Amino acid sequence: MNLAAASRSGLSLRFEGAAKNYGDVAALKPTDLTVSASEFLTLLGPSGSGKTTLLNLAAGYLEPSAGRIFIGEREVTHVPARRRNIGMVFQNYALFPHMSVGENVAYGLKVRRVERAEVARRVEAALRLVQLDGFGHRAIQQLSGGQQQRVALARALVIEPDVLLMDEPLGALDKQLRRSVQLELRRLHEEHQRTTIYVTHDQEEALVLSDRIAVMRDGRIEQLGTASDLYDRPVNAFVAGFIGESNLLPARVTAIEGDRAQADVDALCHSVTAAAAPGLQAGKEAALLIRPEHVLLGAAPGIAAEIVELVYLGELTALNLRLPGGATLWARQITGHDLRRGTQVSIGWRHDNARIVPA
Amino acid sequence: MSRHRLETVCLLAPALAFLLLLFVVPLARLFSLAFTDEGGAFATFAILAESEVYRRVMVNTLIVAVAVTLITVVLAWPVAYALSRLKGFWFALALYGVLFPFWISVLVRTFSWMILLERNGPINRLLQGIGVTDQPLALLFNDTGVMIGMVHVLLPYAIMPLYAAMVRIDRRLLLASDGLGAGLFDTFRRVYFPLALPGLLGGATFVFLLSLGFFITPALLGGANAITLSMLIASFVTDRLAWSLAAAGSLVLLVVVLVLLGLAARLLPLDKGMLAR
Repeated sequence: MNLAAASRSGLSLRFEGAAKNYGDVAALKPTDLTVSASEFLTLLGPSGSGKTTLLNLAAGYLEPSAGRIFIGEREVTHVPARRRNIGMVFQNYALFPHMSVGENVAYGLKVRRVERAEVARRVEAALRLVQLDGFGHRAIQQLSGGQQQRVALARALVIEPDVLLMDEPLGALDKQLRRSVQLELRRLHEEHQRTTIYVTHDQEEALVLSDRIAVMRDGRIEQLGTASDLYDRPVNAFVAGFIGESNLLPARVTAIEGDRAQADVDALCHSVTAAAAPGLQAGKEAALLIRPEHVLLGAAPGIAAEIVELVYLGELTALNLRLPGGATLWARQITGHDLRRGTQVSIGWRHDNARIVPA
Repeated sequence: MSRHRLETVCLLAPALAFLLLLFVVPLARLFSLAFTDEGGAFATFAILAESEVYRRVMVNTLIVAVAVTLITVVLAWPVAYALSRLKGFWFALALYGVLFPFWISVLVRTFSWMILLERNGPINRLLQGIGVTDQPLALLFNDTGVMIGMVHVLLPYAIMPLYAAMVRIDRRLLLASDGLGAGLFDTFRRVYFPLALPGLLGGATFVFLLSLGFFITPALLGGANAITLSMLIASFVTDRLAWSLAAAGSLVLLVVVLVLLGLAARLLPLDKGMLAR
């Protein structure tokens, strides 16, 4: 059975109230999460947010303190990693240094007592899949970081895992290489549709790769959704700040009507009406979110601001604008406007491009 | 460049001169004695080759060395593993436990074993007390006593290299093996053991070479019933004043050691796994 034909497989993965405590410290608070079959889901968050804990629970390297875990319809809560049929790619690859490339890839098949000729054939197919044909006899130490990363991927894929798990697999690569491997990973997932959970702290990587993204903080999932859900409709200031560039101005909610809210924004010296995130409460601290590309220059009526900094980014120029209250905003404009530091401008935004989110 | 070389020579000179004068020259002089027998240049070697006693002692020495090496390595494995897993206070305690015997003279330790292993010593009394044996066991002045004493003295030499290899094994490799579906036995056989092997072989080589030339412990704990090569060589000198025979015996031992080392380096994968991260 060849690797390409084997797939369209992959099983769903479900956490039901899964939690992990170390003494009094909760590394993961009770979490429900369902990863559909064939889905590419990214766990995105800063270090210590619980994303690696969640991945290790899925792999079976950790046992949950509470809750249950299912792969497909099978409960695996207390099943060790070796009996879960998962494929794991580690951050530092964890390739066996005393084995050749081919032996590394063959490992999972050998311990499954797969027949020798079959092992050889599948190892070759897996190496071809990651474009390392002919590298079977090389020593691991002879490979570059990017090549080692692909060996780790081949080793995880060759066993045809029900779920592929990746823990910051591109963390050790330089930026340019990372971009090309990202596209490679996406191509592989589109071809083979293997259920994948991917851990990263790099939001750009998450946006490029994922069907859905779970943004994590302090051991819980803050928001789960598609890239545009998270970018256009963040549920709070943390998610807004973590995905994309954002201006967040402290605000106090005064009134909520349906999906709109009114808030006092000190930095603007007046009240603002904007789209409301769910969970807003009148009187509570909140933040006004405006993405830099939504800040309009020369709006009338507008808010007076001074350009304090210009950053040339090629086709775009980033502007840092000081508001009357002293706070600053970032804006982005197509390069070519006659903009100078110190210029007074009038700024504004469309109402549906501003959003009030819980702080 | 030449200045650099001059510095190197100056820095090395004292140690080299010391070794040359006090070690290499006397050793060469000793070995030259082997060829000075009245019967001809190789007469001493002929005597040794024909001597039944010498052959028996040679074989016994090798057997004891192999047995000591095996026992030591087997005992060292769990200790080294525990050391590699311990942290902080417990690690320090265990490490000093392993190294502590170095602070005590081999002589003192060997005499202590004589007291412990005596016919009516604490070990025999304990064994009789719990009903393992009716008669006191002969633990002293035979190969058993020699091996007990030697294993004790040589254990740290096996533990330390093994520990060094084990502590360098990346735990994530074991997790990776587990995740790829390997059971504990497969993970041990295919990942952990091969990566610890250089340390094991290094330690075993140390222990084997040291036990081949061991003198004090076998002399005191083995006595006349368990003669080793070093004891025989000593008796050539002290009892029979046969310097040429002693020199020939030493030379043969040295050659045997070098041949075994050469074979070990050729046959065993001493360098494999050395690159483990």
